[in-house]
Amino acid sequence: MMSLEKYMPAWVKRIGLVTVLLLFVAGIVFWGGFNWALEATNKEAFCISCHEMEENVFREYQNTVHYTNRTGVRATCPDCHVPKEWGPKMIRKIQASNEVLHKILGTIDTPEKFNAKRGQLAQNEWKRMKANDSQECRNCHRYDYMDYTEQGDRAARMHPQAFTEGKTCIDCHKGIAHQLPAIDQHIGKQNDGAVAISHGEKPAEPAKEEAKPESK
Amino acid sequence: MKLITTLALAAGIALGGIGMASAQELVNEIGGVTIEGNSKVNMFKPEKDQSNIQRNFQKQPPLIPHSIKGYNITQNFNKCMDCHSKERAEETGATKVAKSHYLDREDNKLKNISPRRYFCMQCHVPQFDAKPLVENTYKPATKKGE
Repeated sequence: MMSLEKYMPAWVKRIGLVTVLLLFVAGIVFWGGFNWALEATNKEAFCISCHEMEENVFREYQNTVHYTNRTGVRATCPDCHVPKEWGPKMIRKIQASNEVLHKILGTIDTPEKFNAKRGQLAQNEWKRMKANDSQECRNCHRYDYMDYTEQGDRAARMHPQAFTEGKTCIDCHKGIAHQLPAIDQHIGKQNDGAVAISHGEKPAEPAKEEAKPESK
Repeated sequence: MKLITTLALAAGIALGGIGMASAQELVNEIGGVTIEGNSKVNMFKPEKDQSNIQRNFQKQPPLIPHSIKGYNITQNFNKCMDCHSKERAEETGATKVAKSHYLDREDNKLKNISPRRYFCMQCHVPQFDAKPLVENTYKPATKKGE
């Protein structure tokens, strides 16, 4: 022991070697536990343990390609809704405390209440994905590696065009995993004044748009 | 009375027997193919994207020349109109909805698609690789002046 003491920094001597080792172990336990808790709350089973998610968004998602498909590769809730990178993940996790609050308040605890909020909830998520360039899509779908010859005619035409225009996945691919809120598509009175859907285009030039059908 | 009961019973048994026999060899009346032989999974594989399909007769609602898997028409959103509406058609290269779809049943022009045209797939249908069950020799009527 005496020989070891020579190499110990002053602070180790002050609190003692045993305490240092205990702190080290405690650090591992706490960090491991922290990560375990993060992982546990990053599972589909955790998400749908709330009936708000299970009865609304999860059921809609079951009809989509990200739930069931030919090869059985899935994208579960956190794959799209929780960033993989540490920093953004922490930010999203802290924001989620707001969701816990609304779970307690019962803000969306019936399908009717959920649908009333659907527009707002969808727009939040569109905004988030637009801001990070659809990072969660691109974790799997990397457009540098897209083989347009394997894509359908429409996809092969639109993808390069959209990428050149600097669009991101969510600009066009809205409502692919869940039902959309009421969208004003200018095709009837019903959804007049509802959420306007953007396809990532630059602000419209109304004068030009009006003139075009006339010329045809 | 007894006779009637016996007769009814006999008839019932006979009918039941016929019913059972026909159930065993259910044959599709048009094709002469058994129902089992008909239900191939392949039938439900949508065709690959293709260019516009020629109409088979005048005023035929144009066929959908692409897969529509996962496309929904709901009260909230009409997926077809996401590309085919007049605002979007130019950008997406989709066929614009015809002018007739802007008329109500009294032929009044509307600003938007008439509600009776909202459900696109009532008339426009996607294509599947399903071979006709029987050969048909249908020919469309010639156009005016042909």
